[in-house]
Amino acid sequence: MQRKPLLEVRGLSAKVAGVEILKGIDLCVRAGEVHAIMGPNGSGKSTFAKVLAGHPAYEVSAGEVLFAGSNLFDLTAEQRARAGLFLGFQYPIEIPGVSNASFLRLAYNTVQGVRGKDELDPLEFDDYVQGKLKLLDMAPALLERSVNEGFSGGEKKRNEILQMAILEPKLGILDETDSGLDIDALRIVAHGVSSLRSADNALLLVTHYQRLLNYITPDFVHVMDQGRIIKTGGKELAVELESRGYDWVAEEYRALRAA
Amino acid sequence: MSSAVLQNLVNRPYRHGFVTDIEADVVPRGLSEELIRLISSKKGEPEWLLEFRLQAYRHWQTMREPTWPNVKYPKIDFQDIIYYSAPKAKKKLASMDEVDPELRRTFEKLGVPLHEQKALAGVAVDVIFDSVSVTTTYKQRLAEVGIVFCSFSEAVRDHPELVRKYLGSVVPPGDNFYAALNSAVFTDGSFCYIPKGVRCPMELSTYFRINTQESGQFERTLIVAEDSSYVSYLEGCTAPKFDTNQLHAAVVELIALDHAEIKYSTVQNWYAGDENGVGGIYNFVTKRGLCRGVNSKISWTQVETGSAITWKYPSCVLLGDNSIGEFYSVALTNHHQQADTGTKMVHIGKNTRSTILSKGISAGFANNSYRGLVKMGAKAWNARNYSQCDSMLIGDKCAANTFPYIQVNNSSARVEHEASTSKIGEDQLFYFAQRGIGAEEAVSMIINGFCREVFTQLPMEFAVEATKLLGLKLEGSVG
Repeated sequence: MQRKPLLEVRGLSAKVAGVEILKGIDLCVRAGEVHAIMGPNGSGKSTFAKVLAGHPAYEVSAGEVLFAGSNLFDLTAEQRARAGLFLGFQYPIEIPGVSNASFLRLAYNTVQGVRGKDELDPLEFDDYVQGKLKLLDMAPALLERSVNEGFSGGEKKRNEILQMAILEPKLGILDETDSGLDIDALRIVAHGVSSLRSADNALLLVTHYQRLLNYITPDFVHVMDQGRIIKTGGKELAVELESRGYDWVAEEYRALRAA
Repeated sequence: MSSAVLQNLVNRPYRHGFVTDIEADVVPRGLSEELIRLISSKKGEPEWLLEFRLQAYRHWQTMREPTWPNVKYPKIDFQDIIYYSAPKAKKKLASMDEVDPELRRTFEKLGVPLHEQKALAGVAVDVIFDSVSVTTTYKQRLAEVGIVFCSFSEAVRDHPELVRKYLGSVVPPGDNFYAALNSAVFTDGSFCYIPKGVRCPMELSTYFRINTQESGQFERTLIVAEDSSYVSYLEGCTAPKFDTNQLHAAVVELIALDHAEIKYSTVQNWYAGDENGVGGIYNFVTKRGLCRGVNSKISWTQVETGSAITWKYPSCVLLGDNSIGEFYSVALTNHHQQADTGTKMVHIGKNTRSTILSKGISAGFANNSYRGLVKMGAKAWNARNYSQCDSMLIGDKCAANTFPYIQVNNSSARVEHEASTSKIGEDQLFYFAQRGIGAEEAVSMIINGFCREVFTQLPMEFAVEATKLLGLKLEGSVG
């Protein structure tokens, strides 16, 4: 039996600075599923992720998106986050002067409040977060530093997944989480992400390479090009893309359109 | 959420903007020798003090308004200001309970209870309303350890020798245009004397309130810390909302003798004008401390959030060998507020040390400048200074400037200066939002992180107050 859709995207188009980047995207993600969005640089993958999360620089020009039954575009960025939509940033933002621990706790307590659960005080939160740190093999000292400030590329990416582990979202959108990670870090991060999977949540992995998918097996692989999803397949499509590149998919799509 | 988000987070109505309806003894507007004589006689002053005023006035007439600060405002008509306004006392006050109930209500509304029973435990307050001191709490208890803490007028009456010895010794009457004006017309203020070896058992504080629409406030604070004494002093200020500008030109003088330490903290929340820049206080203040003795220390901490224009440089003259000067500042400007503030550290004695930590936050259309002088005199052997000036911008229509002046006349002296500018950007706010945290909370968290090093210098109650105040001031600047 198919589960209810968690995310339904219909004919989504979006612009940045007047230029149309997304040109009619359709996608349906159900709870328990893992979707991978792949494609060449500049195909619109990251834009798609940011539009879903509500980045202010992007303007939605057409289409609709339902998230957990409600109209996504009726919600502000923070409401989307509170409703369980999480974006793991490709380039995590540095916030000087704000300790990672207090940032994480505020985010956690905000979401807990929305879910009608108790907030944690700093000591309780510390107990809670220590377990999550182990999951990602992160040094506790990273909690005392300013958010992402002076973090290495790998530390930043782990910090993103740490936040996902803490917030337990319904839908995790990971934007190029694998880029900039060495092979050991990739394994740890991928293991962390996998351990968060459940029948009630879903993942949307935006990635350039297939290597992350060696660790997290996708149910669907979508190829994006010039703002559209031009091919959808199973996990074997990712392997094929790795060996053959993207060009053939685009040619196939053009031939199909011409016919 | 867009950059408009940023513009709205700074706007919360000013909560201290009410006017107290109280009968006042007001002198005619304008300034002249006759007026100065009138003020002096109203206060029953000795001849030497009248002479001090008149000399200052004559000097002031030869001076020009400074134009070098990086602020813009229409020319002030000094003949259009009321220089003395005092709530009419029914009779002489024997105790706090006799303070006019209307006044008492005013200060209770401001969170400054005049009753000692209700007062903040451990803080003695001298309360200044327009031109005069209304009352001073805990006077008796302080007197038991030999501390004099009273209004300036009382000090002139009861301790004329101390006032005469120290008045103008740090900020001479002709020091600058506004100091000269203050020396001519000052009406009241606080006086504090800590005798040898005494560690003041509580925080001393002055609360300033401007009430009359067209009056200026010209008060004087004089703090003398004798050998091996210690005092921590707090200053708070508010004013009603008027659509005209009021002038506040105060002078604060601190004197620390051998091994003495003075800690002076200000949370300034004068009315800043509305979001279009109409009204607000012109805060043109001269504050200076003299570390006269060896191993003495003076520390200024200020949180400047109010005033249409702030123009002040709490300074330290480090005369005594091994003396220490410190300046910790947070200056927040929003809307059309302008601030040109900083410090002067003048190293004269050997092994003198100073630290400057300045945090400027600018939002709306505000213009925020740090201006600081570090001067190492010829005999300041092994003197050291460390300065750090950080600016933060909220939105893209505000400005932040840093004007550091460094003069070194001794080859063994060491001066370090660091500066940074950061901006609360859309991407930072989006990052917070994506974790469920709203823009207001995000900005307040970023700002508090930015100011933390300064806030830790404030006495605890003040630090809490300052944190709240910044949050309040910035509400709506991100919208």
